[in-house]
Amino acid sequence: MSKGKDKAWFALFTVPLLFIFTTVVIIPFIIGIYYSFVQWDGIPANPKVFVGMDNYVQIFQDERFLSSAWHTVQFTLLALVCVNILGLGFALLVTTKLRSRNAARTMFFMPNLIGGLILGYIWQFIFTDAFSFLGEKTGLGSIFFNWLLHPQFSLYAIVVVFTWQLAGYTMIIYIAGIQGIPDELMEAAKVDGASLWQRLKSIVFPLLMPSFTICLFLTLSGAFKIYDVNLSLTKGGPNNATEMFAMNIFNEIFAYGNYGIGQAKAIIFFLIVAGLTLTQVIITKRREVQM
Amino acid sequence: MKKTGKWLLDIVLLLFAIVFLSPVFIMLINSFKDRAELYENALAFPSSFSFEYYKSAMEKMNFFTALGNSLYVTVVSVILVIVLASMTAWMLVRTDNKLSKIIFFTFVATMLIPFQTLMMPLMQVMDWIRSNLHIPMLNTHEGLIYMNVGFTSSMAVFLYHGFIKSVPVALEEAATLDGCSKLGVFWRIVFPLLKNITVTVAILNVIALWNDYLLPSLTLSDKGLRTIPLSTFYFFGEFTIVWNQAMAGLTLTIIPVVIFYIFAQKYIIKGIAAGAVK
Repeated sequence: MSKGKDKAWFALFTVPLLFIFTTVVIIPFIIGIYYSFVQWDGIPANPKVFVGMDNYVQIFQDERFLSSAWHTVQFTLLALVCVNILGLGFALLVTTKLRSRNAARTMFFMPNLIGGLILGYIWQFIFTDAFSFLGEKTGLGSIFFNWLLHPQFSLYAIVVVFTWQLAGYTMIIYIAGIQGIPDELMEAAKVDGASLWQRLKSIVFPLLMPSFTICLFLTLSGAFKIYDVNLSLTKGGPNNATEMFAMNIFNEIFAYGNYGIGQAKAIIFFLIVAGLTLTQVIITKRREVQM
Repeated sequence: MKKTGKWLLDIVLLLFAIVFLSPVFIMLINSFKDRAELYENALAFPSSFSFEYYKSAMEKMNFFTALGNSLYVTVVSVILVIVLASMTAWMLVRTDNKLSKIIFFTFVATMLIPFQTLMMPLMQVMDWIRSNLHIPMLNTHEGLIYMNVGFTSSMAVFLYHGFIKSVPVALEEAATLDGCSKLGVFWRIVFPLLKNITVTVAILNVIALWNDYLLPSLTLSDKGLRTIPLSTFYFFGEFTIVWNQAMAGLTLTIIPVVIFYIFAQKYIIKGIAAGAVK
């Protein structure tokens, strides 16, 4: 077959998607870098004034931005721990020989299919009404009160909802990992008199390292970029106490009309997300055990 | 003795799972209650079942229009990305040169870019296309579908690429010798072999696009075009929250998801596990 014909086939197969991908991802990414160096209010008739690094200098003096970064870090760390402990726990429970394991697995995974926006609204009712009711009836008013009115607890509330959403997802990945561990290995350890905890610690956890890598990657990037649950559960309140990175960027651009500054934040956001996920994957990959 | 112990564990696990899902049950029971009953005890079973709030929520959310819109946007986007990404990935795997490698690397690298970094400039690009080329990219379902395909393409190409590498070339070569065109080889021979990964790509994208809020909120402004997440958002924003009606509305939005889950559970679980191996 001729070379020219091969090239034509290559183009026919790849150009449609490459065209869409370029217009939707590549071009916006490049002009996004340009926008981060101008001052502009988003109105097409108004001029875009080139300001160099000014936007970047400004955002590091923006206290609200810095505190949104701090909320995001706190949230991400808590979410990382909660999601993975619960997901791994669920996976260990539903890989036993219990008869209810399939029903339990189905229920644990369910919340993951419901979108973050809708989950946030469901939990808004739980945290406001159901919690106050529980507090009154049980007398445990120090645990069951309206979490969404308290700056620190409303952050925990987002952790709860995010964990509820993602624990089932990580469970599925951990299950696949656990099922990959050969039965003979576990049996041999049992015969040698290893306790359940010893078996978990010396066989299951090391062999699960690839699953840990995937789950940590997914929770880390998911938590860092959280927006939908943030919007529907707290709208960033009370008093911006739970405004995360993504919401701060959205508000800067579309609510306050600071397109240049907002885009500079978006670029910083990209650098952090990319840096974090790459570092995390490299570190955990290195610790994986080869079978 | 041992048998009773197992029974007990069985019940404990089941109870634990039910407690885990309790927010869904709380939502459900409160969607049937009248106001007084709801405020009296948010956790009690309703004394009588009223579907009144479902009716009003349905009207206020324009539920069936939103359902139709969500179905249209999700289904068309997913079919398009499957067709285009599988073709692209196959060509990239089977053409071993520098260009293929650069294209593939670009797809993978862009997976690190968060949506928030692209959203504003993307709107400018689409607005430019609208005003200079007169193609209605904004405020149309087709424009949203176009952008959905662009955003989901990286992951789809990545998953197909990994899978196709393990598909033997011999069959394709035989078909080529028999005079099949590349298009024929791909659709008749290769694509059927990709069934497993196609299911994964479909499931992951259906879940992501069905629930997507931010991109549709930026592109769709007409009321009649709203998808389910959008109409839920406006439902909560426009009216002061009447909780029983709100719970009925949220239950409505979850019904299609539950139906999907019941019918496709096996594929969803498999698809998620396979899609996570990156």
